[in-house]
Amino acid sequence: MQTELETAMLNVELGDELTYNVKPLLHEIRHALAKLLNDEGPTVIDLRSLPLAPGEEEKLLNTLGHGEVHASLNALGPTEVVETGYPGVWVVLHYNTDREVIGKFIEVCDIPDLLRSQQDDIREGLEQLQSGLA
Amino acid sequence: MSKDETLGEALRRQGVTRRGFLKFCAATASMMALPPSMVPVIAAALESARRPSVIWLSFQECTGCTESLTRSHSPTVEGLIFDSISLDYHHTLQAASGSAAEAARETAMEENHGKYILVVDGSIPTDNPGYSTIAGISNRDMLEEAAKGAAAIVSVGTCAAFGGIPAAKPNPTGAVSVSDLVHDKPIINVPGCPPIPVVITGVLAHYLTFGTIPELDDLKRPKAYYGKSIHDRCYRRPFYDKGLFAETFDDEGARKGWCLYKLGCKGPTTYNACATVKWNEGTSFPIESGHPCLGCSEPGFWDGGSFYSAISTPTEDIPKAAVYAVGAGAAAGVALGAMNRAKKQKSVDAHEKVTIDDLDKEK
Repeated sequence: MQTELETAMLNVELGDELTYNVKPLLHEIRHALAKLLNDEGPTVIDLRSLPLAPGEEEKLLNTLGHGEVHASLNALGPTEVVETGYPGVWVVLHYNTDREVIGKFIEVCDIPDLLRSQQDDIREGLEQLQSGLA
Repeated sequence: MSKDETLGEALRRQGVTRRGFLKFCAATASMMALPPSMVPVIAAALESARRPSVIWLSFQECTGCTESLTRSHSPTVEGLIFDSISLDYHHTLQAASGSAAEAARETAMEENHGKYILVVDGSIPTDNPGYSTIAGISNRDMLEEAAKGAAAIVSVGTCAAFGGIPAAKPNPTGAVSVSDLVHDKPIINVPGCPPIPVVITGVLAHYLTFGTIPELDDLKRPKAYYGKSIHDRCYRRPFYDKGLFAETFDDEGARKGWCLYKLGCKGPTTYNACATVKWNEGTSFPIESGHPCLGCSEPGFWDGGSFYSAISTPTEDIPKAAVYAVGAGAAAGVALGAMNRAKKQKSVDAHEKVTIDDLDKEK
């Protein structure tokens, strides 16, 4: 049976594409999702390491769509973490403080590491709370 | 900032949180063209890395390489990396001047002997030393003295890497590259006119992270950035394979964004990261703006004939040759690339010296 992602890939118009990298990328994401389901670990794809023609990145992101989660955090400038229409497929966009993009990743995982509270920060927070109550 | 401080401590003192540090490491991995799976390794290494002393010497150059780096939009990861080194001498950027500046260089060289990174931009005149001196010291003497105590040398820009424009015919100053004069130190060439800023900082980040120099090609360029040709990673490559070319800058092909090969694009013989890293925070690169690649990161790019002459004319009619290219894929591209290299050398050899008389005739 065709998965939803496979159906979406069939609907990607390839006629006016230049590098033809959108469809292979979608297949890479499909394989990464299957790996994730089989407990074989997460996958991260660096979008800035691939030759994409003007408009192809938008096409890829439009195909993935938006899901239920849209988080933004502020660490060294803003970062947006968006779950796509395919649960487990996240788009992570890092900006600097001038709102210029400094990193674009597709992460296939339960939750991107950046959203988790960091162990050292939790420890420091606990110490602060304890000393505040003492 | 103390010299004994680690990079992790320095970043935290600047108010960078652990999430910020993770983000910094992800962007650094991307900058170093390393797979994202390397992020935890980079984080661990950068956390404890010591700030290296960097001495930056500028010789026969136009300051474009420094501009490329310092005009990259701050504050960025490049900016943070740049802030994380101890830049002990850079005569354009430092506040000190005259003998105080030279004293800073000498102190840094003495204190960090055998450990500092020497960055050089500009070529070195070997003819009359008076063509380029700093504080009365010839460029060659300054380079040779500074190279002695360097852990590694980074030749930034095509001038320092290959001689560049100062070494173009007729090379009036006898300009040579750093590697023509220094033979006993690891040299990393970061050519480009100017180089992409993240490539400059990427090399520094690699040294900070791993304490070693990155893997280099036969021209001493880091493979991570110069391992593939512009042509191989160009989004217009499929048009080349189909035999669709712009013939002039305003024809139908140009409007449709076809391959610029016939307009003199040097992409097939040029190795650089422009097609993926791009310029101006990833906005575009020359070919994306409709202009052929000039081949500025290759040796002798200024002497390769016109920027607007095609580097080779395949013996076959192009559309026909392209059919084979589609069929045979990369192998055909490699063969054409080899043909192009031979042709390029031929055009370099055939290039005649321009004399004052010639210039007068053009008036």
